[in-house]
Amino acid sequence: MRTRIESIFRVLGFVSVLCFLWPCATGVCAPAEAVSSSVLIHAAKEMDGTTVLFEGEVIGDIMRRGTYAWVNIHDGINAIGCWMPFAMAQTIAYTGNYKTKGDWVAVSGEFHRACPMHGGDLDIHAHGLKIVRGGQVVIEQSDTAKKNTVFVLTGVVCLVLILMRFKQA
Amino acid sequence: MVLKPNLDDIKNICFYLGKIMLGLSLTMLLPLMVGVLFGEYNAALDYLIAGEITAITGLLLIFLCRNDKEMSWMQGMIVVSLTWIVAMLAGGFALYLSGHFKSFLDACFETMSGFATTGLTLCQDMDHLPYAHQFWRHVTMFLGGQGIVIVALSFFVKGSSGAFKMYVGEARDERVLPNVISTSRFIWLVSLVYLALGTVTLGSIGLLNGMRAHNAFFHGACVFMAAFDTGGFTPQSQNILYYHSFAYEVATIVCMLLGSINFKLHYQVWTGNRKELFKNIESSALFVSISLLFILVAAGLERSGTYSSAITLFRKGFYQLVSGHTGTGFQTIYAQQFVNEWSDLSLVAVVFAMGLGGAICSTTGGIKMLRLGIIYKALREDIKRIILPEKAVVVQKFHHIKDIFLEDKQVRSALLITVCYFLLYIVGALVGMIFHYPFLDALFESTSAAANVGLSCGITAPGMHPLLKLTYIFQMWAGRLEFMSVFALAGFFVAAVKGK
Repeated sequence: MRTRIESIFRVLGFVSVLCFLWPCATGVCAPAEAVSSSVLIHAAKEMDGTTVLFEGEVIGDIMRRGTYAWVNIHDGINAIGCWMPFAMAQTIAYTGNYKTKGDWVAVSGEFHRACPMHGGDLDIHAHGLKIVRGGQVVIEQSDTAKKNTVFVLTGVVCLVLILMRFKQA
Repeated sequence: MVLKPNLDDIKNICFYLGKIMLGLSLTMLLPLMVGVLFGEYNAALDYLIAGEITAITGLLLIFLCRNDKEMSWMQGMIVVSLTWIVAMLAGGFALYLSGHFKSFLDACFETMSGFATTGLTLCQDMDHLPYAHQFWRHVTMFLGGQGIVIVALSFFVKGSSGAFKMYVGEARDERVLPNVISTSRFIWLVSLVYLALGTVTLGSIGLLNGMRAHNAFFHGACVFMAAFDTGGFTPQSQNILYYHSFAYEVATIVCMLLGSINFKLHYQVWTGNRKELFKNIESSALFVSISLLFILVAAGLERSGTYSSAITLFRKGFYQLVSGHTGTGFQTIYAQQFVNEWSDLSLVAVVFAMGLGGAICSTTGGIKMLRLGIIYKALREDIKRIILPEKAVVVQKFHHIKDIFLEDKQVRSALLITVCYFLLYIVGALVGMIFHYPFLDALFESTSAAANVGLSCGITAPGMHPLLKLTYIFQMWAGRLEFMSVFALAGFFVAAVKGK
């Protein structure tokens, strides 16, 4: 009976170790709490070379460079460039611009204050990427107040032009 | 005795101001078209509203103040200084309607920063700004770089006498061609040719860097306008760091240097006189100044151990320095990194670079290389006078398109403007210090605003005090117009109050 309990614990222990190691091996392992861009920029020297979790909206273009890609992520304060395998970047569906709200992602990776590989850029080399919230297309609502203002102003322009013409004549 | 301005003076000023406002309203058709092209109808309406208000005001001024009187020097200067304020208000109104600015003052700050080719920004959530507004931000730099009044001179003003007075008022004291209107048109020709070449080059690099085609060329056009006009706006909040591209950095350095060269020198090179590029006092002074200041920047960065390798140090240090010296303000580091990671020595070197600026009759701000060259030559002449026997005739020459004998009035004028710039830099720094910023940070931001550069160490933000925003707006305006038009406007108001 005792050996049976021991073996159950051994299996459980093995499973829990696996549960801990698997995310690390696949790159999803990261500090539980996301760090903000202002902390990364202000405490860049202290954070240099550490593994960080950075969350934010994907903005602009996903810029493919061979088998890797640059993805710029904005956390509401600053945007930081994340260097990741292109296959990882392909999981991103929406990138932010005027007409689109980009995917909100959590990136775990190694933070560089002055990346030696990328000409001294402050960046994150991503190990893992998780889509926290999906993005969406933003539908522009027609602004009636602006339309009415244009209508009135066009009338005034015509009136002034007629007045000028009348005076010239 | 100071003469009080009469109604005719005011009518003449308002008449020309009206014409320029009409021209300005037409330029708003550009972002309007971009808005329609990208299906951003609300943004397009912003430009229709702002454009119509500007046009109505312009038409009314023309209608009420029409006259055939010749423009005086004073009136020309006042028209120019008022034009820049009116342009700031009109352009700022369109941006304010976008909802990306905390207040109308912030939108005005952005427009003045654009027209004055500074590049300091207060835009919020820039990465979601419509293409139309992005385009307008960059067009303001293109118009302001060449000169807002030059737009009107090229297309709306008849007769070269009044035109020349406004041309000079907009800090352009050199004519490329004998006629000022031909000069204005030549400046536009140079700018448009380079715009086409620059857009294709930067667009192609963007495409190769993995950007979507429409974005690559849109960014190419915007970044070129900002680089050649030594502005510093970019379509993304990360500035040039967004592109993560060495090729983009090299291409923008070339554009910035092209923008910092005198249009007269462009003309010489275009007409086959390439030797002038190496003989000219301004290009020599720029080369010497960049070299010496880079040594200081590099020494500072080396001492602080900011970058681990020499290549990285060169790439970051040289880019920020050239960007500052040419008055552009592109950054490949975050604003806070200047203060947190760069040593004081490197910062001071960048402050000097920003303060000195590029060439006269270019799109840069600051003291400018010709003045620096003249002051250096005058100093050399004085030293020679001391060393050589009393009876020796000391003659000093400098080469600027042709050999010119150094005269006292040139030295006086150069020194006067230089002193004004130094005062402007210091006053801005003092105002910054009143709001509890350290001296070096305040001086950095103040010099950046007054010399129309746009590099920021983090002070410029939507949350900064309105008085500081107004100070920077004034610095950008006075610095861009090189003081004379601003002094003329101040004199006009004094005469209106105290004159008889």
